[in-house]
Amino acid sequence: MASVFTNIGNWVNERAPGLMPVYRKHMTEYYAPKNFNFWYYFGVLALVVLVNQLLTGIFLTMNYKPSAAEVAPGVSAAFASVEYIMRDVSWGWLIRYMHSTGASLFFVVVYLHMFRGLLYGSYKKPRELVWILGMLIFLALMAEAFLGYVLPWGNMSFWGAKVIISLFGTIPWIGPSLVEWIMGDYLPADATLNRFFALHVIALPLVLLLLVVLHIFALHEVGSNNPDGVEIKKGPKGNRWSEKAPADGIPFHPYYTLHDMVGIGFFLIIASFIIFYAPTFGGWFLEHDNFVPANNLATPEHIKPVWYFTPFYAILRMVPSFFGTAIWGVIAMFGAIVLLFLVPWLDRGTVKSVRYRGTGYKVALGLFALSFFMLGAVGAGVSAEMIPKIFGADADSTFIENLFGRFWTIVYFAFFAFLWAYTHFGYEKTKPVPDRVTTHD
Amino acid sequence: MFAKLAGAALACLMTFASATASEGGGLQSAGVSLNDVASMQRGAKLFFNYCSGCHSLQYLRYSRIAEDLKLDPKDVEKSFVFTGAKIGDQAKNHMPHAGGTQWFGKAPPDLTLEARSKGPDWIYTYLKSFYLDPSRPLGWNNTLFANASMPNPLWELQGIQVLKPASGEGAHGGHEGGAALDLHTPGSQTPEQFDQTARDITAFLQYAAEPAALQRESMGVWVLLYLALFTFIAYLLKHEFWKDVH
Repeated sequence: MASVFTNIGNWVNERAPGLMPVYRKHMTEYYAPKNFNFWYYFGVLALVVLVNQLLTGIFLTMNYKPSAAEVAPGVSAAFASVEYIMRDVSWGWLIRYMHSTGASLFFVVVYLHMFRGLLYGSYKKPRELVWILGMLIFLALMAEAFLGYVLPWGNMSFWGAKVIISLFGTIPWIGPSLVEWIMGDYLPADATLNRFFALHVIALPLVLLLLVVLHIFALHEVGSNNPDGVEIKKGPKGNRWSEKAPADGIPFHPYYTLHDMVGIGFFLIIASFIIFYAPTFGGWFLEHDNFVPANNLATPEHIKPVWYFTPFYAILRMVPSFFGTAIWGVIAMFGAIVLLFLVPWLDRGTVKSVRYRGTGYKVALGLFALSFFMLGAVGAGVSAEMIPKIFGADADSTFIENLFGRFWTIVYFAFFAFLWAYTHFGYEKTKPVPDRVTTHD
Repeated sequence: MFAKLAGAALACLMTFASATASEGGGLQSAGVSLNDVASMQRGAKLFFNYCSGCHSLQYLRYSRIAEDLKLDPKDVEKSFVFTGAKIGDQAKNHMPHAGGTQWFGKAPPDLTLEARSKGPDWIYTYLKSFYLDPSRPLGWNNTLFANASMPNPLWELQGIQVLKPASGEGAHGGHEGGAALDLHTPGSQTPEQFDQTARDITAFLQYAAEPAALQRESMGVWVLLYLALFTFIAYLLKHEFWKDVH
């Protein structure tokens, strides 16, 4: 019977001779370092979540209505259609929770994936382009998540859209017209919802897919980094599968496909626990105020973005307005992302892995990660709740929050300045890097 | 080991999430459970008798209530439907929006998603926090939601509460919404019985906000068990293949 499969295989190969070479290049003959650790699961997990978002998204679009038209007093067709999915569509609740939980978990895995890059110097030569493409994916993902958040047309959708779009209004001269152009109205309205739907379900997913393919192709061209930051391609050649392949490399398939399968299993357990037992995650993944229909006359008590935007939102809020414009906060917020693009050139150090880098880098990276959490807490309004409890109800909570938030904003930006100065002026005392990878699990 | 790490991290996050979510400012714990079908049945009955004249459940179908709360559809049609609706219809009501606005100052909102936007503890505390206030147009006020437009629909059951003289306006920040109130005229239920009444209505609204919760909670166990088995087998396979990687 094997001959049937062989025959089919041959039939395909004769007509599409490029397929098997592509499969070999990216799977069976892609030699990845054998010492990947915990941090190397998040790339494939991001891919798993992307597929989940695409598949569940298809089924959501079959029942969602991108319309702000009223179907009952104060209720839009969009909002009602989400409840229709939650109640009347077979398995609709599961599809929606998979999609909404997937959105948050996308950011969890992408942030951990990016942190892995900083830990092991995965952005350094020759992988600068891999990092740049990854950052572009991150940008597209943020846009995609924001657009998707608007679609249920809850009150947080509406006011979130209003706040984020109004950021463009701070641009001198063209700002106000730009805001109207983006919304297609004077407020977020039906026209806004329609175009956001189009961008969310087709434009940005296409961009994301293209970037993901380029990200992986660029990676497979230069080869994967590893926790030791050793270039296995520069090491000795020859392994059990090929004389020309790096000695420390193993075929991606079946070794890493099976290895990743275990990680995916654990990840799905965590994701399922959330989907089935805590789909709103205490108001962090699906916010309480978004179960109220959009109302342009009733502002939610606290307008704040979903957790994954809160560090950047905090930077926006913490940078004061001066010279009569609020654009400085907007510049700082976007600057916080632009600086990440530049990391491959800010960091002049030659040692990749944190295992062999100087103490200064370890401390700076730790503080940088901490600043991200602290800014997240400020942006999510956690600090505003904590301050009266710690300092008493009479404390000037705005003053304390600003002090706290601005301190961590400075820490965030100081990381990049330090990284450049530390490596450019040769302050870094590195440890010797081994010739070969040291361990594998 | 990574599973443990991830599990611990998740547990931390959950504690953190629930800790911040429960900072409700003087809410009493409703203590509702979606496993208590009897409580939700009583709540449904109370809702349709005391609340549904003004408040709709516009996303919830009567037939779904019958199915999920294990009630006979005929009984549901007979005792819950006062609008001439059919069993498969959603529980809308007949109060015109404009009329509601004129009569109460604000049209009574739809309550299908109230438990998701405000939380069950809020509903429970709110139902218990009405007091007599002659300065309000309808004679009622609420310590949890000051100057609410809604009169106390359950006063015959609960009795009539008044503000404790000393507490005055400071009642809003109290640790227990009901603590600043005195029972002036007893109702047909004892305070304990009324707590259960408020809890039943809350339980029903908690159910109404997300009927799928019944399915997901019973199904989740099997999904998790399957994934645990899958992960275990995947681990064994990985382990077998990796034996020759040195």
